[in-house]
Amino acid sequence: MNTIANRQVICDTLIQAAQSDNDIVVLCSDSRGSASLAPFAQAYPAQFIETGIAEQDLVGIAAGLASCGKKPFAASPASFLSTRSYEQIKIDVAYSSTNVKLIGISGGISYGALGMSHHSLQDIAALSAIPHMRVYLPSDRFQTAKLMKALLQDDKGAYIRVGRNPVTDVYEENNIPFEMDRATKIGAGEDVLIVACGEMVRPAVDAAALLQSKGIACTVLDMYCLKPLDKQSIIENARETRLVVTVEEHAPTGGLGSMVSQVLSAHYPKKVVNLSLPDEPVIAGTSKDVFAYYGLHAEGIAASVEQNL
Amino acid sequence: MDDLTALQKRSFELRKDIVELIRTGKAGHIGGDMSVLEILMTLYLRRMRITPQTAASPDRDRFILSKGHSVEAYLTVLAAAGFLDIAEATEKFSQFGSPYIGHPNNKLPAIEMNTGSLGHGLPVAVGMALAAKMDGKDYRAYVVMGDGELAEGSVWEGAMSAAHYRLDNLCAVVDRNRLQISGSTEDVMALDDLHARFRSFGWHVIDVADGNSVAQLDAAFAQAEWHKGQPSVLIANTVKGCGSAIMENKAGWHHKVPNDEEYQQILQDLAARKEAVQ
Repeated sequence: MNTIANRQVICDTLIQAAQSDNDIVVLCSDSRGSASLAPFAQAYPAQFIETGIAEQDLVGIAAGLASCGKKPFAASPASFLSTRSYEQIKIDVAYSSTNVKLIGISGGISYGALGMSHHSLQDIAALSAIPHMRVYLPSDRFQTAKLMKALLQDDKGAYIRVGRNPVTDVYEENNIPFEMDRATKIGAGEDVLIVACGEMVRPAVDAAALLQSKGIACTVLDMYCLKPLDKQSIIENARETRLVVTVEEHAPTGGLGSMVSQVLSAHYPKKVVNLSLPDEPVIAGTSKDVFAYYGLHAEGIAASVEQNL
Repeated sequence: MDDLTALQKRSFELRKDIVELIRTGKAGHIGGDMSVLEILMTLYLRRMRITPQTAASPDRDRFILSKGHSVEAYLTVLAAAGFLDIAEATEKFSQFGSPYIGHPNNKLPAIEMNTGSLGHGLPVAVGMALAAKMDGKDYRAYVVMGDGELAEGSVWEGAMSAAHYRLDNLCAVVDRNRLQISGSTEDVMALDDLHARFRSFGWHVIDVADGNSVAQLDAAFAQAEWHKGQPSVLIANTVKGCGSAIMENKAGWHHKVPNDEEYQQILQDLAARKEAVQ
């Protein structure tokens, strides 16, 4: 069982990159511990900025640094980063075209029992709606590392959401298919296309295995790139299958399900089933228990597929 | 006539440019343009190390107009400093597809950041000043805010971090014209004692008794440059609508296009004020 959280991989990647690039700057809003970025702060104190509990300041400062040629990575819980500093993201990052990478940590319902104040189930919809903003939800630690290395090479703003806890690997250390802004295809079943993002990819893959044992063949698309969305992969794979199911750790409106439905309704109309958290404050519990309650674990996803096939 | 007096005289010519821009675009925040003008002139024509030739230099001084609605004054001053052509800006201001829009647009030369929503500039300027410190460079970061803008909480987040990091290469200016769109700042959301507020946040506060005096502003910016260990803020006591009695200290002129009669009156007043500068 993997014990390395995606947030820790982000820190490791940044420490490695900072060895040869002193323009990399990490900013936290009293969040270096929860972001696993304390090791970066220790290794590169001159490239670390603490803003205190002030998310608007966090993003504004990051934008100012970027406008002067720095490569800032601003990390804060996704719940606050995607709402408290929304306008700074819209204006200082997206509109002004600054190279700020926004790391939303403890995303989705990672902080399960802390309540809706600490959940970010609106961030895909909110951030995707901003012109010029990119949105990524990597699925496992290997993909997170690949994504971070790709983002280190470009000079545009982006939002990256990761969860708090280690997640079971989707890929293998020596076999990590990754192409920037292209979904990763897992399997090639002809019955069902399951499009998932972030931490829902692993249960989607497990659901595909459960369904395989019942004679239902699935293709899973790891849509880590919510924006720009890999429309081509959605359309191509939807053509090959009888049913499309989307799975996301997000509210039912404006996320992956809405996006996939929009693409298919325009290019290849067919039934799309959206699995997500409900449009209400979610029940308290660990993320594992909450996912199971709402049918977002492997068994629940498999059951939804069977019901709709 | 010395340089500062000549500049003060010129401010009335630039005010005419502002009026023309607003009349052509049929929109503009004229009151704040007139109050902030000398602040922008003193920065771009006296203090800041940036020219059209060095506009992309990594060592240039940085500026952000946080009260972005004063874009007409900003465009006029950028033209006076040689960054753009005032005739072109006037012709295209607020027109379809134009880069000369109703707030600063960083697709134009010398404009670092897009603004328009209030309360964004100071945190961004903190980032600029931190970048200079990190790179061991001596460029300075300037930000101009309106007084009504100071009700935005993000301003005070930025004020805390600027003092925390002892950013003596950062200089903020408050265009203290005491009016906002709904009336007096003290009635809408009281700011006084503004000096004490900034001091309590750890800032070096410089009062500019006449914030429409190029000479006073020039001396204040010099003082800010000398002051070490703290960020500086100039509280520039300006007159909203400065330049013509028909718009001075009137909240109704926050956003207004002068009609033909008012236009003629303003031009007469500007000519008389210019003449009076000795």
